[in-house]
Amino acid sequence: MEKPLTGNFRADKEAVSLAEYERAGGYQGLRAALLMAPADVTELVKRSNLRGRGGAGFPTGMKWSFVPMGEDAPHPKYLVANADEMEPGTFKDRALMERDPHQLIEGMIVSAYAIDADIGYIFLRGEYERSYERLARAIAEAEARNYLGHNILGSGYSLILHLHMSAGRYICGEETALLNALEGKRAHPRTKPPFPQVSGLWGKPTIVQNVETLCNVHHIVNKGPEWFHGLSKTEDGGTKIYGVSGKVKRPGLWELPMGTPMREILEDHAGGMREGLRFRGVLPGGASTDFLVEEHLDTPMDYGNVQKAGSRLGTGTMVVLDDQTCPVGMVWNLEHFFAQESCGWCTPCWSGLAWTEKILFAMEQGKGSIHDLETLSFQTKFLAPGNTFCAFAPGAVEPLQSALKYFADDFRRHIDEQRCPWRQ
Amino acid sequence: MLSGEERREIEMKLTDYPNKQAMSIESMLIVQRHRGWVSDESLRDLSELLGLSVADLDGVATFYNLIRRKPVGRHVALLCDSVSCWIMGCERVRDQLCSSLGTPLGGTTADGRFTLLPIVCLGACDRAPAMMIDGKLHEDLDEQRIEEVLAQYE
Repeated sequence: MEKPLTGNFRADKEAVSLAEYERAGGYQGLRAALLMAPADVTELVKRSNLRGRGGAGFPTGMKWSFVPMGEDAPHPKYLVANADEMEPGTFKDRALMERDPHQLIEGMIVSAYAIDADIGYIFLRGEYERSYERLARAIAEAEARNYLGHNILGSGYSLILHLHMSAGRYICGEETALLNALEGKRAHPRTKPPFPQVSGLWGKPTIVQNVETLCNVHHIVNKGPEWFHGLSKTEDGGTKIYGVSGKVKRPGLWELPMGTPMREILEDHAGGMREGLRFRGVLPGGASTDFLVEEHLDTPMDYGNVQKAGSRLGTGTMVVLDDQTCPVGMVWNLEHFFAQESCGWCTPCWSGLAWTEKILFAMEQGKGSIHDLETLSFQTKFLAPGNTFCAFAPGAVEPLQSALKYFADDFRRHIDEQRCPWRQ
Repeated sequence: MLSGEERREIEMKLTDYPNKQAMSIESMLIVQRHRGWVSDESLRDLSELLGLSVADLDGVATFYNLIRRKPVGRHVALLCDSVSCWIMGCERVRDQLCSSLGTPLGGTTADGRFTLLPIVCLGACDRAPAMMIDGKLHEDLDEQRIEEVLAQYE
């Protein structure tokens, strides 16, 4: 099976060197792209049906097509890699950046060329120091070989790439909040429209893409959209880096065809549950996705099918709940995270999530009341899409609303027994 | 006063951006790498250097959890408390760390050796529970491993 994203990874977990990267065909996608018109690169990405791997799944080529092009287009234009991986349970972008940094850089140059961007930023999580070192070295190497900088490989196209170290906060993953952070401000989301494609960083056209998304782009240009479709088991093109954490036998990351069934990932790759434990549920794509349960195990892990099952593919990194871990405690942990990370800009979010967390904490401490269930259910509607400034709060209540549905008995036991049955 | 080294690093990084405001976060991180935290005095120095008000800088500083406005110990331990680490027992790790070091989460040991802080998901979910000390990741933490890791830091 072809693994374009992770095929070059070294067994010792060191970064693929520039020489190794070039030997494996690295920077050929860039050479191919530079012979094409920018609009043709965008067209290839459109036809590949590459969708954003950061969580939202927006079609990448379509996003690029909103960027003003041609002589009258405002400049400088920007391309930003969203390397602010902070969705709890997600650990795929760190692997991509640490183990094959040139792949991200090549993906960025080709993507920047497609939208005629002048400047690129990698917006990197503050804690990812190893990624910082390896990317900084790779950027310097790429500059030395004229893959970056002025008049790249004699093409007439120029791109400067900067590495920006962030200083924390989950909200920076929201693309307009990220832009404010990059401008040196508090990371509150911005009103849309205008969309960043038209008015982003410092008011100029800007594309923000997740690391894994960008890592696919030059492969598509090099090998074609048909090849990309062929990698996948469903209509969404390509491979996907899936991850599993929780009490399974072999937690880890695997690059597999998009649409690989959840059961195959959990059982064949992650080795199933640890001895003596039973599967109870899973967050399929990180903390802000709805729980799925046993009846959903045969769901193909792609955008459409996970949505049909009632959740979202999200980041594709799954967090498994076993039968000896308290589902109410797990939801409390998730809402604690969201209440803490709310940026404070709009009232329903900061107030509603703090309230929600307080109720769940009390329940875990044996102080729950029967009315709490109504309040929690009310919160999931109060914080639903359309009631808050950005998508943060609707995502935050996804695991809560599904837990109330699938683990109702567990919530009831906490209230009836006035204790957490899992805590001694 | 900012050191020559701090000034040089900030001025070098300034060229990455079209204006000085964009340097607010990274300039504070640079100061913090040299001093462990960002004091009121450092804020005033940065305010002068970047031409931004102290209030604006502090507004930014207090938004981001990795910018520290209080002094810290010689080593800073960030303990992940997000969902995968929670499932894998980060509450036990926290209790052991607090009792071994003799400080609550958020505190600094009496001898100034460690500051212990909570952190969100470190992206090490397949090797949970995890913590980061001075930028270095420590994974698969159990009772024995925690003591071994702590012993590496004087």
